[in-house]
Amino acid sequence: MMRVALFATCLVDAMSPDVGKATVEVLERLGCTVEFPLGQTCCGQMHTNSGYPDQAAPMVAGFQETFADYEYIVAPSGSCVASVKHQHEWVAANHLTDRHVSAAHWLAERTFELSEFIVDVLGVTDVGAFYPHRVTYHPACHATRLLGIGDRPLQLLRAVRGLELVELPEATSCCGFGGTFALKNSDVSSAMLADKIHHVLSTGAENCVAADASCLLHIGGGLSRNRTGVTTVHLAEVLASTEDP
Amino acid sequence: MSTSNEPTRGTPTTRWPRATNTMHLHGDSFPRAARVALADPQLRRNIGKATTTIRDKRASVVAELDDWAELRAAGAAIKDATMAGLGDHLERLEAEVTERGGVVHWAADANEANRIVIEIARRAEARDVVKVKSMATQEIGLNEALADAGISAWETDLAELIVQLGRDVPSHILVPAIHRNRSEIRDIFRREMGKVGVPAPDGLTDDPPALAEAARVHLRNRFLTTDVAISGANFGVAETGTVMVVESEGNGRMCLTLPRVLVTVMGIEKLIPRWRDLEVYLQLLPRSSTGERMNPYTTMWTGVTPGDGPEEFHLVLLDNGRSTVLADPEGRSALRCIRCSACLNVCPVYERTGGHAYGSIYPGPIGAVLSPQLTGVADNASLPFASTLCGACYDVCPVAIDIPTMLVSLRAKVAADESTGDARERAVFRSAAWFMSRPKRWSRLLRSMRAFRFLARNGSIRNLPPPLNGWSATRDLPAPPEQSFRDWWTARETPR
Repeated sequence: MMRVALFATCLVDAMSPDVGKATVEVLERLGCTVEFPLGQTCCGQMHTNSGYPDQAAPMVAGFQETFADYEYIVAPSGSCVASVKHQHEWVAANHLTDRHVSAAHWLAERTFELSEFIVDVLGVTDVGAFYPHRVTYHPACHATRLLGIGDRPLQLLRAVRGLELVELPEATSCCGFGGTFALKNSDVSSAMLADKIHHVLSTGAENCVAADASCLLHIGGGLSRNRTGVTTVHLAEVLASTEDP
Repeated sequence: MSTSNEPTRGTPTTRWPRATNTMHLHGDSFPRAARVALADPQLRRNIGKATTTIRDKRASVVAELDDWAELRAAGAAIKDATMAGLGDHLERLEAEVTERGGVVHWAADANEANRIVIEIARRAEARDVVKVKSMATQEIGLNEALADAGISAWETDLAELIVQLGRDVPSHILVPAIHRNRSEIRDIFRREMGKVGVPAPDGLTDDPPALAEAARVHLRNRFLTTDVAISGANFGVAETGTVMVVESEGNGRMCLTLPRVLVTVMGIEKLIPRWRDLEVYLQLLPRSSTGERMNPYTTMWTGVTPGDGPEEFHLVLLDNGRSTVLADPEGRSALRCIRCSACLNVCPVYERTGGHAYGSIYPGPIGAVLSPQLTGVADNASLPFASTLCGACYDVCPVAIDIPTMLVSLRAKVAADESTGDARERAVFRSAAWFMSRPKRWSRLLRSMRAFRFLARNGSIRNLPPPLNGWSATRDLPAPPEQSFRDWWTARETPR
């Protein structure tokens, strides 16, 4: 049995607990022993990206302390994993100690985005899911460009029984979230979101799927505001869904 | 304009000069300027159409090269190595240019560069000068400085001509009139050409060949009657003293060969040590910029050649803040930039706002980095935040400038700078950090969030107070859940 630490991410913990539950369900179905170390909070990305890496430093240190003993750390968010892999070392170098820099380095190698973990580490593409809906997939920017997860989520989705996958036009174009960008530059953010929603609707899909809860919060917020009837679903939730109710 | 050289956290303590004459390097705050741009549907259509076309062309010609990744790495490595020994390479360039009959001038900042160019033009008794498209001369506000000295500068690049005739400012590094469509261009030509020279022909249509012909006729007279030309440079080769301009129209070549006096203003980061380095950049640049395998015109000149081309050649080496950028280990890779503008064409923010919103002649992702670097963050505090950090710019950059990471580093400088840091925002983030740094506090915060469920109707919150109202203007927010994930987990793990 593979022992896996779930890094739920602060957003899933606070706003989308169902994504966390689904992640646990999929990983356990695939034979992993899932642990959720309760010392975890947030990767610090919001603070780092907003100009406050000094304030992110205790979160980075906390992450390292919490996950130090795990070989595999899995998160249902490409963005947070990218922060662990690409930002923690920088934050540690500027605001923590050498010990934290090296911890950042080796934790980066042990932290995985969910689809990356399932396809590359577990070597599975058919997770035994059943999801009888027409869906379209939005490749989240950080998972795509910073982690290079490529078509792994699509490999997983194609193996889901009952699922009809419709290609999203201009799929790799950012949805406009960008953390505090959505507040500081809300007009530009909204213009980007409007185009994303237009493309989602053009597919005729019932659900927009992505592997990042933050993008889904944004896209979902727009879909809901425009009363489109289309909803967002996290990749983990699709993969957790089975024929048994 | 600020001339503060006060060091901020993460920057070296050496006092280097910042850019001067920064009127073309900063403007209104980005969110405000972006709002104006977003309200113009024609502008969005023009820019969306143009960027999509160039983007696709670039992608297809880049895909043709199996060794693109290696070329890209080489493009980055050569520039980095050059920057590490910049002083020596610059002196070599000076020696080679001088040896071959050119005159080298050193300009610490914009004002000095403008003074040098004006003096040369005055000595040549020029009342008009023709210009090759150049970012460096835009950066220093040369046209305005020349005008103040009673000298008229005439842009000869087609797009720059459109911008100049329209009393407009460039909105793109490579395609300065990208915000204009062809019928707007026809109107500008009809209205303005006659006021300053050969007028547009009667019955001018918006057919691109007809527009190009009108520009050709208008410009031809200038090339033949003007004594002094001013250019920028794409590359300067230290070991041979060769300076180079790449272009598409041939108008640059006219300027570089016909006038008696040629003045080139070159940013010091345009230097490459060896002739053979061009092999890398002449593959990277055209494919990244215009999406061509090779640009139509590549003009190189080495000093002066009696009886062939200009009789006088002046090379003005421009610093204007570049040494400051070079001294910053987290920011110096921006000096690799070869001004291809691939990052503009893929940027989802630029695509919606166009270049004017950035307030600098360097717009888009690279501009959001370079402009505050050159002026200091105090003059461009909003630009590092004008990005979702989606990473598309880094992906396409032919010299692998990690723009998103540099934006994050600049954001920290903005927040730490006394004149730009927002004390209230810092306090909000600090209290968030207080909760998020300890699991017990975090857990308590999540439980207290349930209190806000009353704000929701049918599971969604539609109105949020400032500063969150920017979100709720166009987006709903789901109500906080009854139970956080950690509470669910704890309940699940507790034996009943």
